[in-house]
Amino acid sequence: MIQADLNTIAPEIILSIYAMVALVGAVYTGKDKIAGPLVWLTAGLFVLLAAWIGLGSGGTHDAFGGMFKDDAFARFAKVTILVSGAAVLVMGQDYMSRRNLLRFEYPVLVSLSVVGMMMMVSAGDLMALYMGLELQSLALYVVASLRRDSVRSTEAGMKYFVLGALSSGLLLYGASLTYGYAGTTLFSGIIDAASGNAPLGLLFGLVFVTAGLAFKVSAVPFHMWTPDVYEGAPTPITAFFATAPKMAAMALLARVLHDAFGGVVGDWQQIIALMAVLSMFLGAVAAIGQTNIKRLMAYSSIAHMGFALMGLAAGTAFGVQALLIYMVIYVTMNVGTFAFILTMERDGEPVTDIASLNLFARAHPGRAMAVLFLMFSLAGVPPFLGFFGKFYVLRAAYDAGLGWLAVAGVIASVIGAFYYLRIVYYMYFGEEGAHLDTNKSPILWGFLVATAAVMLIGSAWMFGVEGAAEAAAATLVN
Amino acid sequence: MADFFTTTTLGMGLLIVGQVLLIVVPLLVALAFLMYADRKIWAAVQMRRGPNVVGVFGLMQSFADFLKYIVKEVIFPAGADRVVFLLAPMVSLVMALIAWAVIPFNDGWVLSNINVAILYVMAVSSLEVYGVIMGGWASNSKYPFLGSLRSAAQMISYEVSIGLIIIGIIISTGSMNFSDIVGAQEGRYGLFSWYWLPHFPMLFLFLISALAETNRPPFDLPEAESELVAGYQVEYSSTPFLLFMIGELVAVVLMCAMTTLLFFGGWLSPIPGLPDGILWMIGKMLFVFFIFSMVKAITPRYRYDQLMRIGWKVFLPMSLVWVVLVAFLAKFEAFGGAYARWAIGG
Amino acid sequence: MTVAALAFYLFAICAVLGGLFTVISRNPVHSVLWLILTFLSAAGLFVLMGAEFVAMLLIIVYVGAVAVLFLFVVMMLDVDFAELRAGMSQYMPLALLIGVVILMQFGMAFGVWESAEGAQAARGAVAPTDVENTAALGALLYDKYFLLFQLSGLILLVAMIGAIVLTLRHRKDVKRQNVLEQMWRDPAEAMELKNVKPGQGL
Repeated sequence: MIQADLNTIAPEIILSIYAMVALVGAVYTGKDKIAGPLVWLTAGLFVLLAAWIGLGSGGTHDAFGGMFKDDAFARFAKVTILVSGAAVLVMGQDYMSRRNLLRFEYPVLVSLSVVGMMMMVSAGDLMALYMGLELQSLALYVVASLRRDSVRSTEAGMKYFVLGALSSGLLLYGASLTYGYAGTTLFSGIIDAASGNAPLGLLFGLVFVTAGLAFKVSAVPFHMWTPDVYEGAPTPITAFFATAPKMAAMALLARVLHDAFGGVVGDWQQIIALMAVLSMFLGAVAAIGQTNIKRLMAYSSIAHMGFALMGLAAGTAFGVQALLIYMVIYVTMNVGTFAFILTMERDGEPVTDIASLNLFARAHPGRAMAVLFLMFSLAGVPPFLGFFGKFYVLRAAYDAGLGWLAVAGVIASVIGAFYYLRIVYYMYFGEEGAHLDTNKSPILWGFLVATAAVMLIGSAWMFGVEGAAEAAAATLVN
Repeated sequence: MADFFTTTTLGMGLLIVGQVLLIVVPLLVALAFLMYADRKIWAAVQMRRGPNVVGVFGLMQSFADFLKYIVKEVIFPAGADRVVFLLAPMVSLVMALIAWAVIPFNDGWVLSNINVAILYVMAVSSLEVYGVIMGGWASNSKYPFLGSLRSAAQMISYEVSIGLIIIGIIISTGSMNFSDIVGAQEGRYGLFSWYWLPHFPMLFLFLISALAETNRPPFDLPEAESELVAGYQVEYSSTPFLLFMIGELVAVVLMCAMTTLLFFGGWLSPIPGLPDGILWMIGKMLFVFFIFSMVKAITPRYRYDQLMRIGWKVFLPMSLVWVVLVAFLAKFEAFGGAYARWAIGG
Repeated sequence: MTVAALAFYLFAICAVLGGLFTVISRNPVHSVLWLILTFLSAAGLFVLMGAEFVAMLLIIVYVGAVAVLFLFVVMMLDVDFAELRAGMSQYMPLALLIGVVILMQFGMAFGVWESAEGAQAARGAVAPTDVENTAALGALLYDKYFLLFQLSGLILLVAMIGAIVLTLRHRKDVKRQNVLEQMWRDPAEAMELKNVKPGQGL
């Protein structure tokens, strides 16, 4: 019994043990001196685990009495989380070490946070959900304020922490109401108890759980922390925030809503649809006035979360498939964009001002072209990959009878396109200004070009993500 | 008549009060002589005579001190928080006394035979720190405040290692009840069956931590007469001061009782064949008290950073490792089950 | 009235009064002391319910450690609570709104609350009968909730790493004591005896 359970969570165990060994090992050897190799080692382990999980045996396994679920959905999310986590770690290593931020705790904390995310996407119980979420968030609070001598960074960490604690409180309140109704915290028990017409208590529980999780995916109206945290945290860490945790929280939201509240789809559909509309519009409109590219990416991520939620709002298997595909595309685009942001610097200091991109294309036509691809893709311009992501969620919403939501999505994406295209405009037709150096790091360049290429190739062939997402969605919604 | 004490509410209440008095009164009387013994031992080590004026051999010294304390005037420092100022010594004494509710003196001679007795003692002793903090803060003065800060950090630090040491014993016994723990130490080999042998290294850690926990020398930094003049007690006089003193000494005697129960087999006879009984318990407690007194007499006071270093960097890792070790030894019933006595105890 | 009922009302009144005075007392240290009274009363209520293990943990963890930390903070920090209170009136409407919402929920809980069929049975299924409840708790914690227990360990580990990462600074300008080095010092190497002749010096 326990042996089978432990086999099911073997990847998580390996990662946790690795984190502890790495911590103790680094403390007793070179401390921060070995942080660089440790980052590479962690990234390597992430990729290995991703390969193991992705290529391993299929099927659905429940462990610990249903508290932990290993199914195609969880595996899909885990592979995305691990690969994007590895990519971001590797990308940020040079930036961090040049600014004396690379401490050996950084890869350890990221590993533990990834363990939390893996627990989240596999959660089959409200308590397991909460534990995974807290493990993930606590590690993120710490890395957000890693640059502890900077007011901005500590403020980012503090803000993230306070609002995160608030959201955890909401989530717990909702969980306790749900438990009060269903008499169990297991998702399988809740879905048995909650079907047909949801009573008031369960409805309150549902609303609070959703609100708590909406904080983590930074959906409007629970988005206030995002711009400040994105701006304040060191850029590699912002890149991390924008990718893996978003995927984990979105997958968790999908899992809770379908696994636990799958019997009352009608009740949460409206909430999710409302959040989706608000996020899309606020993300699109508020980003227009931004001059800092990290803040801009924050609003961009809010808008993208809105689109992803649109898939979820459909409440169908196709909707979940669209959500997963959208999230993978979103993560890929963000990895590429942040690879570019990490190269932006002037006289060795990082620059995040959008105006500094003026006439960037003249100095670096190749890079500008790659960024152009990414921006078009973020905006959802065909034939780039981003368009297909949007197309999927719009179709899911339309098929589920949410035609108004799909129309709103199209309008919001047209508004949002403005600020992505503005960056492109600056790069190609901007005014003469102070020039921008770029870091010559081949790693960042490689990521930038690779993701830009994916944006183009992906429109023809999605690397099999579609099929995997379909299988994953099928295990979640039945 | 017997029905009155077992059935009616009033009768049961009276019975409990009687039992409480039966514990507290002998304890306080014994305390007077323990104080005397403490001073005599200390004096003997320093080749002085110690108290020898009041009564035969100075035996009545403690009672004379007692009278002196209670007839003096209580002085409140200017700007003191009067309520908290008075509450502090009361908390100190009450917390030290109520812990005795779960201490058995003989088989079945216990006021409240609860299942979580050890946790209860831990909980109560974790409250003792409040007497010191409140006293130090309410005095509205620098030295008391410094003393209380030191004390709080010190007591909390050593509580951790005491807790971990006790966990080792709980693992061996499978129960948190003192009677069960003593029962588990009963064996064919008399004093070699007691826990001091299998848990040998922890005996020393426990004794040292107990000294630190009760603010006894060489860890009496909260009082530290030479630096803080008397720490949190500076501003206290008369009866409140007496309460602090009694509270502290009761806590010391409690630690003696704990050591006896956990490591020296409580009321069990050390030699197989001799009858068990309360006299063994008292004798062992006196022995431990003698050790405490000798330590006070022969060791110099620690520096504060050294105290913290020992607590966190030496005792904590050692006791943690020991807990893990004991867990394995008990699981695999090593050494003829010396670490696994659930069958006998719980 | 039985002893248990008497004890219940005593603890309940103490808990409520303690909570009230925590909020309204002017001196922050007094607030913490009232808070401790509330914790203790809550522990008493746990004992009355037969959950003695939880009661003791409540005292050891909250009163013995957390509240001491609170007390330290309010004693050490120079926080002007009157000033903090002054800003309170402007948030009053919001606070009242939240209060009303919570009150409504209480009303809901007592009025129209309904549980799913079988919820009662699912909730009460784990009551132990033949073992002490400490042992029963242990069995649940290390068996059924093993995963959650280990996860909470990891969470605490992260908290610890975080506290160290964000606060530890290695100062280079202080002299540190190396205890082992001191203990291994040998008088033969560390000391040298010189015979000083009178009137000559070294």
